[in-house]
Amino acid sequence: MQPSSLAFKDRARAAMADPQLQHSLDLLKHGWQAGRTRAAAALPEFEALRDEGRNIKDHVLGHLDLYLEAFEARVVEAGGHVHWARDAAEARRITLDICRDVGARSVTKSKSMIAEEIGLNEFLEVNGIDRVETDLGEYIIQLANEPPSHIIGPAIHKTIAEISELFQKNHGGERITEPAALVAEARRVMRQRYLDADVGITGANFLVAETGSIVTVTNEGNAELTHGLPRTHIAIASIEKIVPRLLDAFTLLRLLARSATGQDFSAYTTLLTGPKRPDDRDGPENFHVVLVDNGRSAMLGTALQEMLRCIRCGACMNHCPVYLATGGHAYGWVYPGPMGSVLTPGFIGIEKAHLLPNASTFCGKCEEVCPVRIPLPKLMRHWREVQFDQKLTPTTARWGLGLWAAMARRPALYRFATGTAIRLLGLWAGRRGAFARLPLAGGWTGGRDLPAPQGRTFMAQWTRRKNR
Amino acid sequence: MTPAPDAACNVALFVTCLVDLFRPSVGMAAVRLLEESGCTVHVPTAQTCCGQPAFNSGDRATARELGLQVLETFETFDHVVAPSGSCAGMLRKHLPELFEDDPALQVRARALAARCHELVSFLVDIRGIEGIDRGEENKLNLTLTYHDSCAGLREMGVKEQPRKLLLSCGADLVEMNEAETCCGFGGTFCVKYPDISLKMVDDKLRNVEATGAPLLVAGDMGCLMNMAGRLSRLGSDVEVRHVAELLAGELAEPPIGRKKG
Repeated sequence: MQPSSLAFKDRARAAMADPQLQHSLDLLKHGWQAGRTRAAAALPEFEALRDEGRNIKDHVLGHLDLYLEAFEARVVEAGGHVHWARDAAEARRITLDICRDVGARSVTKSKSMIAEEIGLNEFLEVNGIDRVETDLGEYIIQLANEPPSHIIGPAIHKTIAEISELFQKNHGGERITEPAALVAEARRVMRQRYLDADVGITGANFLVAETGSIVTVTNEGNAELTHGLPRTHIAIASIEKIVPRLLDAFTLLRLLARSATGQDFSAYTTLLTGPKRPDDRDGPENFHVVLVDNGRSAMLGTALQEMLRCIRCGACMNHCPVYLATGGHAYGWVYPGPMGSVLTPGFIGIEKAHLLPNASTFCGKCEEVCPVRIPLPKLMRHWREVQFDQKLTPTTARWGLGLWAAMARRPALYRFATGTAIRLLGLWAGRRGAFARLPLAGGWTGGRDLPAPQGRTFMAQWTRRKNR
Repeated sequence: MTPAPDAACNVALFVTCLVDLFRPSVGMAAVRLLEESGCTVHVPTAQTCCGQPAFNSGDRATARELGLQVLETFETFDHVVAPSGSCAGMLRKHLPELFEDDPALQVRARALAARCHELVSFLVDIRGIEGIDRGEENKLNLTLTYHDSCAGLREMGVKEQPRKLLLSCGADLVEMNEAETCCGFGGTFCVKYPDISLKMVDDKLRNVEATGAPLLVAGDMGCLMNMAGRLSRLGSDVEVRHVAELLAGELAEPPIGRKKG
């Protein structure tokens, strides 16, 4: 996907002027946001669980090599294959090669953010592999040829009317408008695709080093049909998905759905170990795991390491007032919201993404709800520092900041200058309580009045009081 | 207000830029509240800014210089109190981060940071003030709604303290929906992303107006100027004040953004 994060402001403006989208985002606020609040309140140990989740992830990030190699050994023991991909191109190539080795023409795929990140979808298409998305939301945006706008609800920006139109256009037949009938229609279309598929591609919510298992989580059961029916299953996972033990996966699972949608547990959680064994009644004959680095190992030991704790629940965006105003497409790449504002600059370069880490009031709500306590504001601030150091900050902002800093470093000069300026501003205001327009303050007064100063600065008044 | 037993408490007032420049009455109210709680109040003249604008703009070098200035100006006092959760949060949570490369300064910064407070939580949590009684004739007798400013709430734990004291002054509190949601100020955010900021403040003000309360109160001048400025632009009747003014009973100045006299 071609990044367009530099168009953030224009896309945000368009999104805010789109009443349909605003309605969808409102539903998100009252649905998943409220759900998370209820779920967290209902579980007495939720805060302790968050600490545990953070500790598991921190431990694993300190021993990533150890656990990944242990995982590989278990997968091989179980009869599966593990492939190591340094970057997106390698991951795409490995996946395509597996598909070609088994002569695949048709592929089912369950929702996977890493597949979006490595640009797998377009790549398979270009190379003649017929792919169908099996997550309903992902299927809808596949038909619409759009990227996801939310990491767990890829089509939350789509209205029923739009989906209805897409289905009629692609499936033919009569126009269906009832949500339940639309789901039934998608199910009908997809059943045959499941049966026809040569390869099933899934992501993985967790990789378990202890057992060589992968864990998938869905609400539709589509991952199960994707890895269970075709003869070949490919699981693509980024390297930080590894956890040491099954128990750790379950600790994180207890946090995941609660943080994401407010469910105690997702409708389907599947543990999958190796290919079909002789006595198994079903399962794939070939089982492959593609472990993707794509810049992650370079984040280890840096300020960004904490971001690798992320379990992709989407709570940060569900609670972010900026995301809830703009929706996900404004962010212009795969990952939106606060987690995206931290991840995107690392993937596409700060020079192409610097608007994102700045698009935050640092209200701190994201950090407050993050199940693994990632200090998202701090990490966005880190990117602002990189941006400032690389002189990517706009010149006017740098000058303004520099001028203000030069004054603030000299208290006497600051006192004199601000005292004078405020007296003048106060005189100018006269009896007015606020300015509707003021030179150099257009950013402020475009939408708000600027309250006028009371007259003299506090420091001037205090000095007078002391001298009395 | 009854002074706490350890009356010899030297407090430095960190006025904050916005109070100093735009709303000195909040500073005076803070001084009154602190003195009534038994503190001796000092206002060091070498203070300018906590450095947060530089810190949040990625200019760490400037933030560090200003942080050092804060450290040298304030470390001799028992406590440092700011009528702002945002500036207090900068001092409490972020000042030590600025000296991660210098163990000696780091120790000093941590020691100071632990003694930095937001005004109202200082009165309640540190000075043990349970309520404020200025007599029957000075009861507030007004209905208000309270906005939780982000940094105060999430960095300084300010939530119940202002409500408790406002109620003790006789105010009637009507809670708005989403009181804890950001008003869209965010320092330079509001001028860098004016469209998003306006959408956020409008959402906030819809919740404010839905309460029917004629007065909106909060503890941070940034949020207050943002909300008051937007209300003024929209021609709303809702008045806006800083919590310190109400608690100190200093209501002679017109509400924020309103005509004088």
